[in-house]
Amino acid sequence: MKTEDFELLSGILKQRSGLVLTPEKAYLLESRLLPVARKYSLKGLDELAAQIRSRRDEAMLRDMTEAMTTNESSFFRDQKPFDQFKNIIMPHVAEARAAKKQVRVWSAACSSGQEAYSLTMLWHELAAKYPGWKLEIMGTDLSAEMVERSRSGIYTQFEVQRGLPIQLLMKYFTQQGDKWQINTQCRALCQFKEMNLLQDFGPVGVFDIIYCRNVLIYFDPPTKTRVLEAMSKVLAPDGALYLGGAETVLGLTDKFRPVDANRGLYVLSSAPAALYSGAAAVKAA
Amino acid sequence: MKTALIVDDSRVVRKVARKILEGNGFACDEAEDGQQALTACQKKLPDLILLDWNMPVMTGIEFLPKLRELPEGGTPCVIFCTTENDMSHIQQAIGAGANEYIMKPFDNDIIQGKLVQLGLLDEQA
Repeated sequence: MKTEDFELLSGILKQRSGLVLTPEKAYLLESRLLPVARKYSLKGLDELAAQIRSRRDEAMLRDMTEAMTTNESSFFRDQKPFDQFKNIIMPHVAEARAAKKQVRVWSAACSSGQEAYSLTMLWHELAAKYPGWKLEIMGTDLSAEMVERSRSGIYTQFEVQRGLPIQLLMKYFTQQGDKWQINTQCRALCQFKEMNLLQDFGPVGVFDIIYCRNVLIYFDPPTKTRVLEAMSKVLAPDGALYLGGAETVLGLTDKFRPVDANRGLYVLSSAPAALYSGAAAVKAA
Repeated sequence: MKTALIVDDSRVVRKVARKILEGNGFACDEAEDGQQALTACQKKLPDLILLDWNMPVMTGIEFLPKLRELPEGGTPCVIFCTTENDMSHIQQAIGAGANEYIMKPFDNDIIQGKLVQLGLLDEQA
């Protein structure tokens, strides 16, 4: 790929999604954007770049961004955040929100919705322990296609076998031909909408938990800082932020601090020192 | 080292499954049908049985209750691994005492995920 084409395409992607691509990742551009070029009857990325230079087609730019930012997901990915929801977060929230009996969760960059729906299944499994409680999940993604897929709750045979125990498939899904759809009780707990994390979140309210896992790794440090600081403003004072295993807030912002006992879990720096750590973590282990 | 018995009448499937399971630290034996698997289990019970449904001589669903009747036959984790991909087969398998169910085709990620869920493998870092 010509240097000027790489710079044009990667520049557009950074501007629209925050995705940072170094020249070594040019192969990623080629593998993901070639299908987009073909969709528009263009022979390759050089023609795609030429087309963009001559006329900025919004639909094409959107397709490019979606092709680059659509990532694989699985149910109960990494398991620990879900175990901690059950063993650490909910026991605290149950006390702290006893009057309101409501938990609000944001699954940021939710892809095809598996993280959100994993929580809904876990929530139903915990229902007997928290009678009268309400869970509200907002799932957001940059990709309109992913948001639509999330809303449908329909997954392929391959997808429902990734991370999902068979008992939960039997209990919460119905078969539709060669696809599987999560039930209406789970879908009713989730609202999915398009959102670009680089832009103003708008009136989203306050969340008790934000899952933003394996998203920041694609951003450059100033963008990471911007997203984290914006999230700090919509997280409850005793809320929890989950990042991916390879992500951190260290060196990016002082709004959050890691919870030492629980990797990937962060709380606001202003939160009480023992929040989600120490005795609660040991008890849950 | 944990042990696995791969029960499938397809040599190709056994080969692929063996490669995946060995890659996850299992020592593997193979059987071509339920009867061969039962004979093997009467001698020594493995930690894991990867079990096809449709096989000559004795099917997977015929084998499973016979396994569970053996002394300590409740011990091995049984994962059905079959092209039967409808809910009624899944319910029948779990009802008969299978621990998990994989719908073919499968890959390393799917098998690894099931092994973690069954406590036969630590979660990958």
